[in-house]
Amino acid sequence: MDNKINTEDIKVILATDCGSTTTKAILIQFVDGAYRLTHRGEAPTTVEAPFEDVTRGVLNAIMELEELSGRKILNDESIISPTQDESGVDIYISTSSAGGGLQMMVGGVVKSMTGESAQRAALGAGAIVMDVLASNDGRLYHEKVQRIRQLRPDMILLSGGIDGGTVTHVVELAEVLEAANPKPRLGINYKLPVIYAGNNKAAEPVRKRLGEITDLITVANIRPTLEEENLQPSRDKIHDLFMEHVMAQAPGYKKLMSWTDVPIMPTPGAVGEIIKKIAETEKIEVVGVDIGGATTDVFSVFQGQFNRTVSANLGMSYSVCNVLAESGFNNVARWVPFDMDETDLTNRIGNKMIRPTTIPQSLEALIIEQAIAREALRLSFEQHKEFAVQLKGVQTERTISDAFEQTSSGETLVNLMDLDMLVGSGGVLSHAPRRHQAARMLIDAFLPEGITQIAVDSIFMMPQLGILSTIHPKAAVEVFEKDCLIRLGTCIAPVGKAKSDQVMLDYEFIFPDERIGGELMFGDLKLIPAQFEPVRVRLTPGKGLDIGAGKNEVLETKVFGGVVGIILDGRGRQPFTLTDDTDFRVQSLMKWSEETNEYPQLEAA
Amino acid sequence: MSRSYTPGLKILAQTKIIKKRQLPMKGTVHLKIGDIVKPDEVVASTEIPGNVQMVNVANQLNVEPENVPECMLVELDESISKGQIIAESKGIFGLFKSQLKSPIDGTLANVSEITGQAILSEPPIPVAVDAYTSGKITEIEDQEGVTIETEGVLVQGILGIGGENRGILEVVTTSPNDELTAEMIQEKHKGKVIVGGSFLTKDTFEHARKIGVAGIVSGGFDYTDLSKILGYSLGVAITGSENIGPSLIITEGFGKIGMAERTYELLSANAGKFAAINGSTQIRAGVIRPEIIIPSERENGEIRDYEEADLAITEGSLIRVIRAPYFGRVGKVKSLPPELAKMESETMVRVAEIEFEDGTIEIIPRANLEMILT
Repeated sequence: MDNKINTEDIKVILATDCGSTTTKAILIQFVDGAYRLTHRGEAPTTVEAPFEDVTRGVLNAIMELEELSGRKILNDESIISPTQDESGVDIYISTSSAGGGLQMMVGGVVKSMTGESAQRAALGAGAIVMDVLASNDGRLYHEKVQRIRQLRPDMILLSGGIDGGTVTHVVELAEVLEAANPKPRLGINYKLPVIYAGNNKAAEPVRKRLGEITDLITVANIRPTLEEENLQPSRDKIHDLFMEHVMAQAPGYKKLMSWTDVPIMPTPGAVGEIIKKIAETEKIEVVGVDIGGATTDVFSVFQGQFNRTVSANLGMSYSVCNVLAESGFNNVARWVPFDMDETDLTNRIGNKMIRPTTIPQSLEALIIEQAIAREALRLSFEQHKEFAVQLKGVQTERTISDAFEQTSSGETLVNLMDLDMLVGSGGVLSHAPRRHQAARMLIDAFLPEGITQIAVDSIFMMPQLGILSTIHPKAAVEVFEKDCLIRLGTCIAPVGKAKSDQVMLDYEFIFPDERIGGELMFGDLKLIPAQFEPVRVRLTPGKGLDIGAGKNEVLETKVFGGVVGIILDGRGRQPFTLTDDTDFRVQSLMKWSEETNEYPQLEAA
Repeated sequence: MSRSYTPGLKILAQTKIIKKRQLPMKGTVHLKIGDIVKPDEVVASTEIPGNVQMVNVANQLNVEPENVPECMLVELDESISKGQIIAESKGIFGLFKSQLKSPIDGTLANVSEITGQAILSEPPIPVAVDAYTSGKITEIEDQEGVTIETEGVLVQGILGIGGENRGILEVVTTSPNDELTAEMIQEKHKGKVIVGGSFLTKDTFEHARKIGVAGIVSGGFDYTDLSKILGYSLGVAITGSENIGPSLIITEGFGKIGMAERTYELLSANAGKFAAINGSTQIRAGVIRPEIIIPSERENGEIRDYEEADLAITEGSLIRVIRAPYFGRVGKVKSLPPELAKMESETMVRVAEIEFEDGTIEIIPRANLEMILT
């Protein structure tokens, strides 16, 4: 592997993402002065029996790329690099979530402080956090020991205490680990990697307890002072160990690692990288969501702070029944514009869980899936809002607080009025038969406020672009803008308490050749067709409402359309409620669907 | 000719069955390659560490943590019994000593001079792994487990709950489309694996549990009833550790769905024989389906297994639809059009033209078909 890559020389990029079920390969080339996605191929992932070698699926996906592009990339079973005339690639990179991804346990002294920081470090590195151990988590010692033995994580991140603080509690956690003598999930013959990122004064006593029985690595404290969180050293170490230990145990990965020019990254960690890069280059507040079959990942950048959460059991197939269990029948049914029997619905959803690869053939089945998607997205975002918070335990008298307007500790960073862009990804959003459906699902689940651009990832290449962004940000951003994102349009939603017959918004859009203006009443949803070009707009919120400039303040700005257009949402924010009156609710859903061109022949369904 | 790969559950009358029997951690393997085993025979065993208890010695003796080691009256790894005095403070001039009694039988595992705690470990818990099926040991993984090979019937279900169970197989309904009712399950079914048809209710399951049935195989079951039996909603299909009495294996899915005729016929033909069943299911990458194994009394050499190519749907393949609106219907593939087709949902998908048994023809997404292996 060569970490000193000269980006000037890179003209042809091969990137793969080895998912649990599919390995996706993309080819990026420098064409007419810009990096563009030129081809993509995919093949089933081959980590499981009978192949048990991830490189088979990678080769198959690359072979599909070769067929589609006409470019020779492979010489037998090796990647031709660097490019030679019309063959080969300059760089090969890969991400992976095969084999269940990276499963971690984290520990901290105080659950809401170092425990939360450790969780943030692990999640940001792309892990699934199986449990958070803390001195104050309310469990007895033997319960913690049992839990560790039962979960068998791939890795443990142990933190606790500020540098120079008391050592007792963090050593106590180390003693719990020592008593549990944890064994890794994969491979019976190697020691479990444990990263210690706590009070530097406790490093030695922790080493005494865990140095022999685990593969202990000490890095800089995750929370050196109460005011400071230092996640990067832990995240970097997690990535290293992910490759050295966890992935090295998975079939074929040693070979794959020898092919790639930079270390393989966990898929969600890579998605986080591209979201961060976009927020940074465009100077915007952004939320990204990837809804998969088993899990939903939410990423956000607010006030320059990146956060990622994984809702491990909120997904559209493997864990679809859990969405139903967590949201409840009524919350799913409220998005469905027809009557449903509870037993019938639960059986249908159960059958999707046990036959996860089936697809909705009837319109009715599609509507039900998209109703569940709204709830999965909503619940995942709720969890994200609770987690993406300012540092807890910070003393209010701290000197830096004034500069950042952080009035108290532990408040959520997610401010929907400040949100500039909402990006969706994952089958149910990216492959919705109509883009309008993706826009509606995102709006109904996230309830963006004021003016928010909405987009979807066309073919889910954010992981590959994420790892690319770490070595060639320019190429990653260019491809993201031009080929990855599909701009759906903009949602405009006034915020504040409104009455049922109230005007929510007076609007006037000034297009080059016409002006479109009107009133948006409470409960209305309107679609103004507009391309992805800047449109001047004058927005006057209804009495007591805010559209982004403050309560009752007129806002003149530019907004962008997209493949869907501009959606004016007068259904209310803070609160947004759907009526309990079934007839009226069904009527409203039908009206909104028709207005936003969501479904065909809804009456038939 | 076009081909399309679909997931298919194995319904095999005579196949080679390979079972790995592994310990949760290293231990002792009791057999050697070539040994013939019976289902109940222990193949490997080990001891997993006992539960631990932490005792705050410093607090209880009212001493500083760094003084705890010198207060301990037992050595590390020394056996201790409940009520035994394991630590004692020095007191003042030898008086007013505080003592600490062990709350458990076990050993002293650790003493910390930083936290002032002692870790006591209960005696190790013995764990034994049995053979589960009869067969021959073909591989030994040193200190970890064995591989057993046998021949016989292998039927996979779509979802199960409850782990391993075993008993004599008995079919109690008269057709694959009959519902299994409580009246059909009698005292004589105690310890047996019973096969129903299309459905059973929670009440029927409860009745079978009371009787002491070892396992139930049914075409369908209601999701809401499953939640009631488990005491929680099954959010993800990862099962096997439930302690519910009989293992329950569903062959088709949720709802009232007739058991596939081939499955029903195969199980009927093997009624009266020993069956090992396992409800453990994992529907994720590395899928595990519940299974019914009926080992043959003797090898007859005519093994039938399926390879990847057999799972390819081609024109003429017998299939079953696995999603509404034609869920459960059986038909033949008439053609596999190469171009994508638009469904009522407007989804553009690869499809198959299916001729159902009643002669009607429908276009169905290939992803919603399951191959029937014959």
